[in-house]
Amino acid sequence: MPEPRRGRRPVVRDERITLAHGAGGKATRDLVAALFLEELGNELLAPLGDSAVGRPPPGRLALTTDSYVVKPLSFPGGDIGELAVNGTVNDLAVAGARPLWLAAGFVLEEGLPVSDLRELVVSMGAAARRAGVVVAAGDTKVVERGKADGLYVTTSGVGVLEHDVELGSDRVRPGDRVLLSGTLADHGMAVMIARGDLKLEGDVASDTAPVHELAASLLTLGDGVRWLRDPTRGGLATALNELAGQSGLAVRMRESALPVEPAVNAACEILGIDPLYVANEGKLVAVVAENVAEEALALLRRSPLGARAVEIGVVEAEPEGMVLLDTALGGSRIVDLLVGDPLPRIC
Amino acid sequence: MRFVDEYRDPVLARSLSAEIHSLVTAGEVVRIMEVCGGHTHAIYRHGLEELLPPEIELVHGPGCPVCVIPMGRVDDAIAIAETEGVTLATFGDMMRVPGGRGSLLEANARGADVRMVYSPLDALELARREPERHVCFFAIGFETTAPATAVTLLRARDEGVANFSVFCNHVLIEPPLRAILGTPGLRVDAFVGPGHVSSVIGTDAYRFIPEEFGRPIVVTAFEPIDLLQAIVMLLRQRAEGRCEVENQYTRVVRSEGNRRALDAIAETMVTREDFEWRGLGVLARSALSVRDDLATFDAERLFALPGARIEDPKACRCGEVLTGQIKPWECGVFGTACTPERPLGTCMVSSEGACAAFFSYGRLRRPREEAPVGA
Repeated sequence: MPEPRRGRRPVVRDERITLAHGAGGKATRDLVAALFLEELGNELLAPLGDSAVGRPPPGRLALTTDSYVVKPLSFPGGDIGELAVNGTVNDLAVAGARPLWLAAGFVLEEGLPVSDLRELVVSMGAAARRAGVVVAAGDTKVVERGKADGLYVTTSGVGVLEHDVELGSDRVRPGDRVLLSGTLADHGMAVMIARGDLKLEGDVASDTAPVHELAASLLTLGDGVRWLRDPTRGGLATALNELAGQSGLAVRMRESALPVEPAVNAACEILGIDPLYVANEGKLVAVVAENVAEEALALLRRSPLGARAVEIGVVEAEPEGMVLLDTALGGSRIVDLLVGDPLPRIC
Repeated sequence: MRFVDEYRDPVLARSLSAEIHSLVTAGEVVRIMEVCGGHTHAIYRHGLEELLPPEIELVHGPGCPVCVIPMGRVDDAIAIAETEGVTLATFGDMMRVPGGRGSLLEANARGADVRMVYSPLDALELARREPERHVCFFAIGFETTAPATAVTLLRARDEGVANFSVFCNHVLIEPPLRAILGTPGLRVDAFVGPGHVSSVIGTDAYRFIPEEFGRPIVVTAFEPIDLLQAIVMLLRQRAEGRCEVENQYTRVVRSEGNRRALDAIAETMVTREDFEWRGLGVLARSALSVRDDLATFDAERLFALPGARIEDPKACRCGEVLTGQIKPWECGVFGTACTPERPLGTCMVSSEGACAAFFSYGRLRRPREEAPVGA
């Protein structure tokens, strides 16, 4: 892509995104230079080449990708820009990697206010700085009005594993402890309420945040840390069901230990939704060896993001592949995979 | 959470559990049917059965409004949704229920306009907002949800909203109860009565159960403590030789019900000659339709509906599950051909259905040698 001419500071004069912004010509160039480069600029992105070129630090590399299609674009506690950085950072973090570089692909809908786009890109830049990553490459396409909910963004990420700890469900053993870094269901309920069609109001904010520092702190425990996951779509229940399914072991949770904000719990009750299945965007669930569980909790609690970290359960040998919940009332039940979306019950 | 935590107090639960244990006679099984799907869901969600002695056997009844809608009616709803210029609005639960031609969710994927709402008034609002489309509300539910549909119909009439209609599938609680009570070899000794339905129809509506069928019933709220208390009340009735209608849900339910809600239903709907129930077959005078004077809001008159009757699959034994004659896992297709992802029968359809609740939450409690395939 040609550099803007010397002496002319590129500006986006249009109030709204038009198909011209995606045509690859002058409008595209100005949008990239005046908006993306200005807000996300860094050494890798600045040359605006077809690929960003850089040298990774020594270690194993991790590569991930995720698309973000959240509606509405902004919600209490965050927006799609912040989410697109944190979500991909977290996927790298739970693989044990230190996040390095992101690539962002934007699909913009014709008519999107440029000021809205700028706001989202600004928060993307802020999130990237917070997580210690750079947006090293990007792409923009524009689709006709009605073909996207304002904006979709896909972020891919590269991270480096600077240690030899092997994480995975095959390393989990009966007796291991399950830790959770904080409250459940904040993101999913915040977005559901922000959509406005529930006529529900509540002081509920998304938890979107990067968990790479929490993950890194646990990795100092070496082989004592077995498995990490960020319980996003499908919530904690889905993440633990994957663990149980892959390891052939059982996970037994204690309902009374599960932290849920009162307003979130109330919204879930009203809608008949189980917080165990609701998305989180700034939480870490970890399986660690029993003998390091206390230390792991202390490490998590050192960070404000992990201040409410708790042990929520234990890994058991049986029943094979199942997640169980000891209810607060004194009973127990299976926590199964959800069928489809969590559609609210009616009565 | 206030107003909820009180009803989930483990200390109170243990003391009620102890009382239940003291009220049963060793080896003498008492079969209690909870009529309402909300109760079934609560029982499994809180693992309530583990607090009960083996002498208490819970039988899960027919009170899931989603589960009882026959497949032919789902196909009718799909036909409405596929009509050019029509939006079908319904509750989220109803979207996944399979008819003969798939579910509403699948119809939506094929291009029909099906939208999820939380109340019929939201559907009316949709009609006002999109005057160029016709919005049809797929109304389901017992007397619990019928008043909201009734109020919506009245408002549509008063405000002259011409692009709105109701596909009425409201059902009544008494006919299926009579059908169950009349089953030869009925294996139910007592009933936990539905809470929300009763807030509309009142507790007096159940007097036929002790008077004609000699079974006690306690109208009950939906929290675990409520359910345990109801079981205590039923066992006390037995111990004291009483057989009557009692009200555990006094914080909401009155003996005479809610007059205004009943009036709204009467003003907008009439009882049908008969209606098909999934799992129970055709029951006389068991459902409601829109009154003649509101014909312009009645989807059954506005649309040409297929109206086909689709038999429940032969292998499905939902009828026997609903009447307490077999447990979910005693059905040959439970957990194999019939799962929550691909339900064959009504009881597997929604999380409040007896089989689905058992499949999702409870299948651990069975003796190991019976463990279902694929569990």
